[in-house]
Amino acid sequence: MSQPRFATGQRVRIADRTPPIHHRVPAYAKGHIGTIERICGIHGQPEKFIRGDGVPRERLYRVSISQTDLWPAYRGTNIDRLDIEIFEHWLEPAE
Amino acid sequence: MSDHHEHDHARTFQPDHPEPTSDAALVGVALRELLMEGGHYTVEEEQAMIARMQGASPENGATLVVRAWTDVDFKERLLANGAETIKEMGFDLLPTEFTVLENTQTIHNVIVCTLCSCYPRALLGMSPAWYKSKNYRSRVVREPRAVLEEFGVDLSDDVEVRVHDSTAELRYMVLPQRPSGSDGWSDEKLMAIVTRNSLIGTQRDLNV
Repeated sequence: MSQPRFATGQRVRIADRTPPIHHRVPAYAKGHIGTIERICGIHGQPEKFIRGDGVPRERLYRVSISQTDLWPAYRGTNIDRLDIEIFEHWLEPAE
Repeated sequence: MSDHHEHDHARTFQPDHPEPTSDAALVGVALRELLMEGGHYTVEEEQAMIARMQGASPENGATLVVRAWTDVDFKERLLANGAETIKEMGFDLLPTEFTVLENTQTIHNVIVCTLCSCYPRALLGMSPAWYKSKNYRSRVVREPRAVLEEFGVDLSDDVEVRVHDSTAELRYMVLPQRPSGSDGWSDEKLMAIVTRNSLIGTQRDLNV
């Protein structure tokens, strides 16, 4: 498998799209920018798997997003964050 | 000609389960029968898997917590490579990636699965009902401090809340802090204060 496209600490944007198929990116995270918290190895990619294309494998990352960026009316502090697992093809470099 | 309806093995795998009534439940039964008829797995294998799942409990998590509290090297390995280290302890995680999240004086971790109800079941057993509720799943991501307060967790503003949404392949367990006043306790005594909620992150302080 090729090298990771993103490095730990890199700023990334989660794509804002809604494929008409099972995918594991919750709506609330789409379009948001976060940083790569860790690289989680290679895993079966759910969108292709559900279509019956075998189990293509892809690199998974944990992306850390600031809660105050995620929710405009967030009640908490600006150090709070949310970490979420996102497959590589949902991510693009930010800035 | 007999009108006797044969209830085959596929209907009796869990005798305590009610008869399926919803369409979704019937589709589930049909799918399971097809998989078995196709030779993909046997009733025996299925029963062994259910027994393994049901054999897991939060005590497994407590065992790991106590070892991490009392063995610094183990704790470092547990945090760096959860799955491998947990397997070393003899727990069967099935094919799951496992990540342990350490609470500190300034960090509080809490886990959720907003999309469904992913839970570290292979290690901790069945999840509590509230973990699967829409209320918890939808609210803990956007107002974690309010939800934690309802669980009795009072966090000051200098503690960073980290919510971990288990969206894909990883499963998580929180490593709670060892409470002050537990110095010199035996492993058994320490085990007894580690609760299921503290492993999920809906409890912060353990009662000594």
